[in-house]
Amino acid sequence: MSDFLTVSVLLATLASGIRLATPFLLAALGETIGQRSGVLNLGVEGVMLLGAYGAYYATLRTDSILLGILVSLIVGGVMGIVYGVVTLALKAEQGISGIGIFIFGLGLSDLLFQKQVGTPTPIDGLGDVAVPLLGDLPWVGEVIFHQNVLVYVAFLLVPVLWFVINRTPFGLNVRAVGETPEAADSLGVSVDRTRYITIFVGNAMAGLAGGALALELGIFQQNLTNGHGFIAIALVYFGAWRPSGVMAGAMVFGLVSATVLQWKTLGIVVGTTASIVGMFPAVLTILVLVLVSRRTGQPSALTRPFERGH
Amino acid sequence: MGRRGWLVGLLAFALAMAACAEEEDAGRSADDPIRIAMVGPSASNDLAFTQSMVDSLDRLGQDYNIEVDITDGTFVIEDAAVAIRGYAEDGFDIVLAHGSQFGGSLSEIAPDFPDTVFAWGTSRDTFGLTNVYSYSVQSDEGGFINGTIAAHMTESNIIGVVGPIEVGDIKLYIDGFVAGVKSVDPSITVNVNYIDSFSDVALAAEAAQAHVEAGADVMTGVSQMVVGATGVAREHGVLWFGSQTDQVPLGEDIVVASQIYRWDFQLSQIVEDLLNDEVSGRVITADFSNGGLTMAYNPGLPLADDVQAAADAVEAGLKDGSVSTGVE
Repeated sequence: MSDFLTVSVLLATLASGIRLATPFLLAALGETIGQRSGVLNLGVEGVMLLGAYGAYYATLRTDSILLGILVSLIVGGVMGIVYGVVTLALKAEQGISGIGIFIFGLGLSDLLFQKQVGTPTPIDGLGDVAVPLLGDLPWVGEVIFHQNVLVYVAFLLVPVLWFVINRTPFGLNVRAVGETPEAADSLGVSVDRTRYITIFVGNAMAGLAGGALALELGIFQQNLTNGHGFIAIALVYFGAWRPSGVMAGAMVFGLVSATVLQWKTLGIVVGTTASIVGMFPAVLTILVLVLVSRRTGQPSALTRPFERGH
Repeated sequence: MGRRGWLVGLLAFALAMAACAEEEDAGRSADDPIRIAMVGPSASNDLAFTQSMVDSLDRLGQDYNIEVDITDGTFVIEDAAVAIRGYAEDGFDIVLAHGSQFGGSLSEIAPDFPDTVFAWGTSRDTFGLTNVYSYSVQSDEGGFINGTIAAHMTESNIIGVVGPIEVGDIKLYIDGFVAGVKSVDPSITVNVNYIDSFSDVALAAEAAQAHVEAGADVMTGVSQMVVGATGVAREHGVLWFGSQTDQVPLGEDIVVASQIYRWDFQLSQIVEDLLNDEVSGRVITADFSNGGLTMAYNPGLPLADDVQAAADAVEAGLKDGSVSTGVE
């Protein structure tokens, strides 16, 4: 354990935790704004996969990471429109629709990959960018302020989203349609339009989360996201529908995963013990969800479709 | 023709058709292809376990008249079970359940189709059924060769291993790799990290990053998640050793050598048994001495003469029995 408790290893673990947390954070923040408006999207995983493939394929073909990022956002946004039509216009049950979006994303991303690319082909992924001045700080500068650009974007979105939800008229509308859509409607707030916007933004962020994963790894393969989207949904509950809480959850999950990896690498845990310790992130998530389930904060109208006059 | 005549004629026709059908079932014409179905856990082109079987079926097709159908991406075992049963119902001659995780399903399905030949692996268990073959590999041998080369090439004397789950041919390969390194220089540190997932690419990348930060300048790994680890290796110029298929496409500048699984070694024996009507169900293990395992070296990253000579000597020793990996 003394090998682990050195400054360099602890900082490396922190850096690893931040990288691991980023896709979770992007996707969970997107899901947060959707759920705050009363819409649950269990299809985050599928949208992430499509965003990941879109970003990967665009970058593979054009060598433009910027285009890759843009494509992941567009793909996510398009899936948001689809999900909005299905759940808002057609009034389909949100849970089942989300599962459908997941299966669709899983299948289509794999099909496109098989037909258009085939064998996993590496691309030049996102490089690290040092923040001026802060990147020169001793120890922490190298760890926290030498990250790829989407890491900074993800963490900057936390205060931005908090501000939008809590300090803007649009955010007030979002909260209103998520709590009492009938009251919001009676005050002239368009429930469906508000939800369309949150679903569009949330899915675009899920697409970006997938893109962040593919561009960080510089590769795509079948089921690349491997459950990231579902964990992101759990993190929304973990964070009690608050951006800061979601960020805390993503960081805890990322740091626990990174710590377990470091322990295994350094031989601190081996064999059966390592396998048991390897379950810590999942066990922690379940424990926190059990504890959080007793707290208030869940939007009252979550999963409830709105129909005027009902 | 009266009504009775029609009935007799109809009965004769039905009996004739039934006889023809029995005749067709009784044996395969020499011109008929052998129908082989394969169910794999990941993508057919994963540059790892599933692709190793797809490549082997391609090679098998050069020697035998076969017709192949593949269902890949069945990482959900229940989906694989449906595919395995479906292929058996469709009358395929040989059904390959390519993954040790499919054993439980196969043990329930195989008894229902005694005329279908099943094969699965990696495993050494046929469930006592005469229509079930299991295939395995002495992957520790290729691991030992890779480890020997890696020990000669490391400058930091720290080597990293990214493994999925500590089972079967994966564990054999990694144990063999560590033994190979230690056979050259016991003082070299080999950090082994099993990430408990065959498919978590992001976690594999972070495990590789942890190895790099611990000072590793050479790494190896197994299963389809290694595409994450090789990305980190490329970024840091860390040398990489592969297993299951030739992994040069994952990094022409870093992949030194790969152990190749040649499942066609086992498949050809199963096909011969089928053709000779000698299906018996047995365990078939590939190794370097029987040609079921081979090495592939990256021509773009040639080894120094002394290192290549050391690798060749180990391979020759494994073949003639004078070298043992010491792995149980």
